[in-house]
Amino acid sequence: MQYLVSVIDDKVDPGSTDRQPAISAFNERLIADGYWVFAGGLADTDSATVVDNRGEEAVFSDGPFVETKEYLAGFWVWEAPDLDVALELATEASKVCDRKIEVRPFR
Amino acid sequence: MSDVDEVITRAHRTEWARVVATLTRRFGDLDLAEEAAAEAFAIAVERWPADGAPPNPGAWLTTTANHKAIDRIRREGKRAEKQQEAGMAHDDDPPEPHGVIEDDRLRLIFTCCHPALAAQSRLALTLRMVGGLSVPEIARAFLVAESAVGQRITRAKAKIKAARIPYRVPSAEDLPARVSGVLAVLFLVFNEGYLATGPDTDPVRRDLTAEAIRLTRLIRALLPDDGEVAGLLALMLLIEARRPARVSTGGELVPLAEQDRGAWDATLIAEGHGLVRERLAAAAAGVAPGRYQILAAINAVHTSARDIRDTDWSQVLALYDQLVRVDPSPVVALNRAIAVAELDGPDVALAAVDRLEDRLAGYHAYHATRADLLRRLGRGGQSRAAYDKAVELAGNTAEIAYLTRRRGQLG
Repeated sequence: MQYLVSVIDDKVDPGSTDRQPAISAFNERLIADGYWVFAGGLADTDSATVVDNRGEEAVFSDGPFVETKEYLAGFWVWEAPDLDVALELATEASKVCDRKIEVRPFR
Repeated sequence: MSDVDEVITRAHRTEWARVVATLTRRFGDLDLAEEAAAEAFAIAVERWPADGAPPNPGAWLTTTANHKAIDRIRREGKRAEKQQEAGMAHDDDPPEPHGVIEDDRLRLIFTCCHPALAAQSRLALTLRMVGGLSVPEIARAFLVAESAVGQRITRAKAKIKAARIPYRVPSAEDLPARVSGVLAVLFLVFNEGYLATGPDTDPVRRDLTAEAIRLTRLIRALLPDDGEVAGLLALMLLIEARRPARVSTGGELVPLAEQDRGAWDATLIAEGHGLVRERLAAAAAGVAPGRYQILAAINAVHTSARDIRDTDWSQVLALYDQLVRVDPSPVVALNRAIAVAELDGPDVALAAVDRLEDRLAGYHAYHATRADLLRRLGRGGQSRAAYDKAVELAGNTAEIAYLTRRRGQLG
């Protein structure tokens, strides 16, 4: 079962910025233990562009599709046998990243 | 009720969870397990009165439900897909012997009380899947619309399936944390039964208290060494023991001090005291007691006194002091103040209670306690105002009747 593991940051109260070494070590372990599928950190929401081509012509708008205090800062895709395993890893991930984590299964 | 009706009622009470749990393990699908179990009971209701009840109703129901589940899977013609989707461990083995920790029903309780499910959903799902209560029954018990209960259960089942919440007892290291969530659900069920809210319900819902006790007994049988499980069972038994004396024939709450102690259930008290003694022995050996064990001990002191005047209030207060350290909530502080009133007088207690106003102003028991203390201090006007507030906030009909009469006596 694959899970999308979202890292949620907060514009008003951001997580600490010195997490990279710890995240790298955590990633090494995810790979070694067979949970790792994919991961990526995302640039600031200001760099997002929303494209809407449902009408007659495509409309491009600057910025994210929704402005919120909390936003998606990065994500993993994990392969885990069940939610308990995914939640255990996510508990660790939240500490490692110093940010909130959302766990959501793929359909 | 005819003999067969009685057998069916009893089978539903004792076998429902086992049938659902066995099928869940076998087919890995809560929905299928529940539907097949419901079908098996429907067939029993139809056939047993004509054919007579089978010698082993549990085995009959499990076998019938199994056939029904297989029929359904065949009918839907997507067994392979179902298994793939199931999202829970699937296994074709015959049911395992009932080992201590691997009992199917225990797995079912832990699945229904998984921390990834919303608290309200855990409650509804446990009552439905483990308790076998119908959706309307659950809706009545918790004063919510049937559609809301149905939705909660559906959503929870869908999440169990989609997010692959496992059907198993948590590992040893997670167990204490997960058991406490299960106990919290069971205590909620018990409390709602004991002090039922709403103008149209009986003041005591015997069905809910009995169900909570039955499920706690089940957990106790499966986790006999868990102190808090024993504590919660003892607590429920000692509260339940006083039920026959707690509401007058006129439907009014009878406070502890005025209860006919001869009407208390001596068998339940003996069992509760036995459990408390067991936990006291463990505490003496250095195992720190948790919240339920301390609450049970407090209730053991109350049920040991033959008369309210014989109550060992210093013992009660010492236990509350211990409880405050484990659970420093304002409700505990409020109850502690009641013991303080007995030992140090209502003025000392009132000062302690008044300090809780910020946090308990919306809680009826805060105002009821204040009203009683003010009455004992001869401050009639303030007492009446506090009774008014308590009556306004209370939801239990017997309690409202009692508070109203007390207010009336102030003249």
